[in-house]
Amino acid sequence: MSDPASTIVVDAQAVEKSFGDGSNRIHVLKQVNLQARTGEILMLVGPSGCGKTTLLSAIAGTLKIDGGEINVFNEPLHRLSGSALTRFRSNHIGFIFQQFNLIPTLSIAENVSVPLLIQGLSSGAAIKRARTVLESVGLGDRWKERPNKLSGGQQQRVAIARALVHEPPLVICDEPTAALDAQNGEIVLDLFRQVARAPDRAVIIVTHDNRIFSYADRIARMDDGEIVEVHEQSHTTRPHFEHEAAH
Amino acid sequence: MFGLALKMLFGDTAKYLMLVAGLFFATFLIVQQASVFCGLMRWTTATLKNTGAPIYVVEDRVEQVNETNPLRDTDVARVRSVSGVRWAMPLSSGVQRVRREDGSFKTIQLVGIDPASLAGGPARMVKGDLKDLRLPNTVVIDELAIEQLSKDKDHPIDIGDRFEINDIEARVVGICKAMRSFTGGPYIWTTYERALQYTPPQRKMLSAVIAAPIQGMTASQTAAQITRETGLRAYVNEGFNKNENDFNTSTVWWFVKNTGIPFSFGTTVVIGFIVGVAIACQTFYAFVLDNLKHLGALKAMGMSNFRLSLMLLTQAFTVGLVGFGLGLLATSGFAMGAIKHDQPPFYMPWIIPVVAFGVIQLICMLAALMGIVRLSLYEPAMVFRA
Repeated sequence: MSDPASTIVVDAQAVEKSFGDGSNRIHVLKQVNLQARTGEILMLVGPSGCGKTTLLSAIAGTLKIDGGEINVFNEPLHRLSGSALTRFRSNHIGFIFQQFNLIPTLSIAENVSVPLLIQGLSSGAAIKRARTVLESVGLGDRWKERPNKLSGGQQQRVAIARALVHEPPLVICDEPTAALDAQNGEIVLDLFRQVARAPDRAVIIVTHDNRIFSYADRIARMDDGEIVEVHEQSHTTRPHFEHEAAH
Repeated sequence: MFGLALKMLFGDTAKYLMLVAGLFFATFLIVQQASVFCGLMRWTTATLKNTGAPIYVVEDRVEQVNETNPLRDTDVARVRSVSGVRWAMPLSSGVQRVRREDGSFKTIQLVGIDPASLAGGPARMVKGDLKDLRLPNTVVIDELAIEQLSKDKDHPIDIGDRFEINDIEARVVGICKAMRSFTGGPYIWTTYERALQYTPPQRKMLSAVIAAPIQGMTASQTAAQITRETGLRAYVNEGFNKNENDFNTSTVWWFVKNTGIPFSFGTTVVIGFIVGVAIACQTFYAFVLDNLKHLGALKAMGMSNFRLSLMLLTQAFTVGLVGFGLGLLATSGFAMGAIKHDQPPFYMPWIIPVVAFGVIQLICMLAALMGIVRLSLYEPAMVFRA
């Protein structure tokens, strides 16, 4: 169950989004309402093409919506200019991408330091902070290495470190376990749980990987551009990674 | 962020080297060809450099120093009569033939100067004395003549050696340094009267009158006075500049307008530019496309288009700087060889590397601009699409 003291940090109301023109117009989000609270892991699930990534992009401020409202930390993203949205993203959101998107020519520490550099921190201070965060994800001794020297699970942990290094209150994850095996998936999900338990932080995960559903505090199920169900989960037992996909 | 941009650039070794190579070739082609062109144009004014008089008086229709419309001998006196003239001397200049030891002929540039003043003589003697030109049948040759006239001789031609100019004997009494002529033949000096003997007879044989201004007047002022009072064309000899009445400038422009030389060199310079644009733009655009996923991620994470553009500009200008530096270095190597062997002609005024640097950076800016446009059109939300 969600903590009663938690606050709503993401509030999407009647969100509309379409792509294309005329007869090619595709209505991707249809009057979507969704809230995310601090201290919880919210999973957006549903079949491919149902609009979950589009909704995540809109909440992250990387995609303009056609209608409705999205308030994140009381900032009306639907009204912000492009440059204000850019600033908002750098200060409030940590990103974890499906393909990790680590820059192969940079060391792990340099990759992790990128959000701090974007915020204007000096390179030396950013690397120092990045190394501390890498310690917390168990990769402190490999900070000099390039991403291609790491396994998929280790790369995802670097991506998590990069998402957390500037201590954003909202972490957005897109299919975080899609490229991981069960063992690495479990390590990564345990990290997410730690991340979400930080005060004043929310984690939103888009996934269609039903092996990880037990880690969610709430699951919002989407279908054909609509939220069809929001299901709250109580964690009486420790959540676990399903080694065989449930059907 | 600049460090991040450079690490991304240097990390992709293949594209980095390709970019540098493209800009290296562009720089080399542009600077080397422009310098050879300038060197060649400089050779066209070699007679002016080698005789060194401040004022050249020629027939009214003469536009360049290698063109001869002979004057009358009395024109020397007419020039001397102009009040602003300190001295005026006759000068004979023309292409003649020397018979070599093996029976072959070599064309030379024969210069006849006033034997009393020796005005118009070579400035730098290597061996012998210019005054010995006053002795019978004597000539002073330049260093190129040693190389070109020594064919089949048992030793390089030297002081005391003899050869024939148009079947008339000439004895070497001095060796000097001189700029190579446009026609590739060596310079040989003799007295004015003897030059007339070496030259097949014509009705008028005075090529030019060389003169100097009196103290208190500039060469330009005196030249204008000579033209005004004699009707002859009086050029100054200052070196290529904006002055249309400078004989160097007039000569160079004549070659630019009346020969295919600038078109030929210009074509190569344009090819250098095109090679640079093609390789740099194509490779840099491919570099941006390869990194689009990462650059898009940076954009999603909150990096502004402006800072991303600065990163791309930093990368483009860095390869531009490295490519230009290496290109200039290679051109310098070429220049050292050219100067050592006195050919091909090579002259690099400061404006050539400066303009080439501008051109290379323009190419880089074009390449960066293509990347910037592509990146600005990239929606940060695209990064979520696998």
